[in-house]
Amino acid sequence: MTALDGAWTRRWFEGVAAEVSRRKGELTALDRAIGDGDHGENLDRGFQAVLGKLDALDDAPTPGAVLKLVATTLISTVGGAAGPLYGTAFLKGAMAAGDRAELDAAALVEVLTAARDGIVARGKAEPNDKTMVDAWTPAVEAARSAGGDVRAALSAAAEAAAAGAVATEPLVAHKGRASYLGERAVGHRDPGAESTALLLRVAAETA
Amino acid sequence: MTVGLVIVSHSAKIAEGVVELAGQMAASVAIVAAGGTDDGGIGTSFDKVQAALTAAESGDGVVVLCDLGSAVLTAETAVDLVDAPERIRIADAPIVEGAVAAAVAAQGGDALDAVVAAAEDRVAQPAAPAGAGTALPAGADTARLEVELENEHGLHARPAAELVRTAAAFDAAVTVEGVDATSLLRVLALGLDRGRRITFEASGPQAAQAIEAIEALVRARFGE
Repeated sequence: MTALDGAWTRRWFEGVAAEVSRRKGELTALDRAIGDGDHGENLDRGFQAVLGKLDALDDAPTPGAVLKLVATTLISTVGGAAGPLYGTAFLKGAMAAGDRAELDAAALVEVLTAARDGIVARGKAEPNDKTMVDAWTPAVEAARSAGGDVRAALSAAAEAAAAGAVATEPLVAHKGRASYLGERAVGHRDPGAESTALLLRVAAETA
Repeated sequence: MTVGLVIVSHSAKIAEGVVELAGQMAASVAIVAAGGTDDGGIGTSFDKVQAALTAAESGDGVVVLCDLGSAVLTAETAVDLVDAPERIRIADAPIVEGAVAAAVAAQGGDALDAVVAAAEDRVAQPAAPAGAGTALPAGADTARLEVELENEHGLHARPAAELVRTAAAFDAAVTVEGVDATSLLRVLALGLDRGRRITFEASGPQAAQAIEAIEALVRARFGE
């Protein structure tokens, strides 16, 4: 396949829902170490709600339509910071996708960039603040320099996000609940960066 | 019509408690709680915030007070998606003190910007603070009052709110013990107890009237 269509976008989020459900305990454990201990449960609630709503879409939705549905559902159901952050990301991604039926590599980079910019605007975090921005920013850069193939771009983004999540471990948090902990957050991986890595890995696997 | 308030908290109990507390001093202000998740858990609900923004809007705008981080993110996301975002302001203020100060300002008929300023404790400082040696504007007058506070519980929130409303009603810069008498948070921070002798000073065209009104208020024990 050389382009990503609505069916892929749908497959992506069905895969994310399954993977979040499987790994919610792990995400929550990361969050319990340096946050309020609900990241896995919150995301699971949000993506289970997404699963319930995907059926309401047309037979052949555009990537933008799927992203928008995911965004509004997460905003309404997650209940923690991840809701407005991922919601804003996918809403901005949906706007960047527009009504294209398929995303080529250039459009994919546009969507990922818009999503990252949405998270930065909403959360006002910068790289090295120990947040999901530390996974999104290298992912966008990797996708951009991966060349013309969407699968290569998604794989590069997924790898960079995973490395970015690992790289949050030695950081002191400057945003989010972990910022209250100061030095005590050092040595723990940021749960939002980890869930971003999960999202992008499933994106690559379903393409 | 008055500016409305929305209280966004991770806890339904906190939001309802803040509404109860702030509402005690602002009977005619719409103060709406948006606390907890849709299923009653700890967290914030976009749908609750959105509904509260609608319920609190009477046409003069809404000021939103939030507790921890994701409450702000949820509120900002909700504001982004309403029809008239310019009529909604998220105050950068502590949720309890900010809500009380905003409620008093809204009850006094302040416009949106002034209610936000009250919540954030950015109320304009007196033009000529007592003892600061600043030159008074031409034609300005000054007045002074020293009285003993007779209220049983001192100048607690309700009488302090009465003082703020009275001080704000005149074209004069009024201070109590040297702090701006139109700032509820500053007045409360003085911790003025019963039996304390306190000094009010005013400067500006209506300085005398302001001090007269405050004297009447003190004699009436602030309505208590």
